[in-house]
Amino acid sequence: MASTDIIIHDKKDNVGVVVIEKVAPNQTCNCWIMEGDGSTTVEAKNEVPLGHKLALTDLNEGDTIIKYGHDIGKVVKSIKKGEHVHVHNVKTKKW
Amino acid sequence: MNIPKSFLGYKRENGRVGTRNHVIILPVDDISNACAEAVANNIKGTIALPHSYGRLQFGADLELHFRTMIGTAKNPNVAAAIIIGIEPKWTKRIVDEVAKTGKPVEGFSIEGAGDIETIMKASKKAQEFSIWASEKQREECPVSDLWISVKCGESDTTSGLASNPTVGNLMDKLEPLGVHLCFGETSELTGAESVCAKRGKTKEAQDKFMKTWSDYNDFILKEATDDLSESQPTAGNIAGGLTTIEEKAFGNFQKIGSRQFVDVLTPAEEPTKGPGLYFMDTSSAAAECVTLQAAGGFNIHLFPTGQGNIIGNPIEPVIKLTANPLTAVKMKEHIDVDVSKILSREMNLDQAGDELIKATMRVANGRFTCAEALGHREFVMTKLYRSA
Repeated sequence: MASTDIIIHDKKDNVGVVVIEKVAPNQTCNCWIMEGDGSTTVEAKNEVPLGHKLALTDLNEGDTIIKYGHDIGKVVKSIKKGEHVHVHNVKTKKW
Repeated sequence: MNIPKSFLGYKRENGRVGTRNHVIILPVDDISNACAEAVANNIKGTIALPHSYGRLQFGADLELHFRTMIGTAKNPNVAAAIIIGIEPKWTKRIVDEVAKTGKPVEGFSIEGAGDIETIMKASKKAQEFSIWASEKQREECPVSDLWISVKCGESDTTSGLASNPTVGNLMDKLEPLGVHLCFGETSELTGAESVCAKRGKTKEAQDKFMKTWSDYNDFILKEATDDLSESQPTAGNIAGGLTTIEEKAFGNFQKIGSRQFVDVLTPAEEPTKGPGLYFMDTSSAAAECVTLQAAGGFNIHLFPTGQGNIIGNPIEPVIKLTANPLTAVKMKEHIDVDVSKILSREMNLDQAGDELIKATMRVANGRFTCAEALGHREFVMTKLYRSA
């Protein structure tokens, strides 16, 4: 089994979490999908550190980020597949 | 794994069981801290619980103060208690309630006597209690005597991925054995509130949860100047990769596994509907939350952390676990259980849950937690509003 670079909770999720110290630009990352114990790969576009998220698909302003199969916020700046997803491009829908 | 059916605990007069055998010196109010600390310094085997409040409080805020004071002294991890306040009336109210458990308790008030005389009198009684408690032996008790509270802190994405689900796995395994369980953190369920409400076992429990959360949210909407983005998620959460309160909430929520909650408790309220999972309305600040849960009668605490929260409690042992491999190494002296191998798929949740159960039983039997060995004794009262 290839080592896991990224964990995805739910099949519906459009982000995954880096579980190694960091992924590098252009790195092909092995992803483990916890729900159903599946696998996939994604090419990282930025350096993304441990615990941070990376987009699994292109996302436009106003799109919803799905993690744990649930809505965890909205995209405020478009994100390309493989890019770092965090407070610079995603905001809460609360408050 | 065969889950142990029993552990070695201290049987108390009222039928509850303690995992610890503390003799506490509890100040009723802030100005009695010095006296309480002097007594604890005089008499070995006692511990003072200084805090910041207890004067001019009124209404629901005062009731919460009393509930926390009384609940702390009633907790089965406390063998005996000395209560010291400035005035006799409030001191007596606490003593009278604690006495109903049958445990040794005695109150002292400072007004009209001064610190030195009070310290002398209280020290004599504390010495009696300490020597009496030192003879108590651990006895075999069923696992159902465990009352386990949970709260996470300095969370990051590894919390939601692995350490919180490990706690959930433990809950799924231990609840059928008749343990009491408690989760809280009203504010940090924001974003997952409607999903959480559906976990109520009854319509009544579901409605009670939504009312509790809505009351909190109304308060936030009234008081917040802009949004909570400076506070929720915290800077530590954001550094760990958590982006929004919703993401934090769904990660937080993993701690209850697939359990349903029996009832919703007010802060520091003792559950009365039998074994099972309870939601307690609490602050999400670690020390406030654990203090309230301990006052609710919980005798052992599980605390998953991502970036490395270091909290402990004076009477309820706090077991820390992390799935963050960097935290597990860099903050090793704070981490009781390392489940970071889940992330590298060298350990699954079932195995991690078993490891946590083993650690919980060992601590219940008397093993020191990292926080106990380091002297973490955070005792923090929750204050609801300004004083009169």
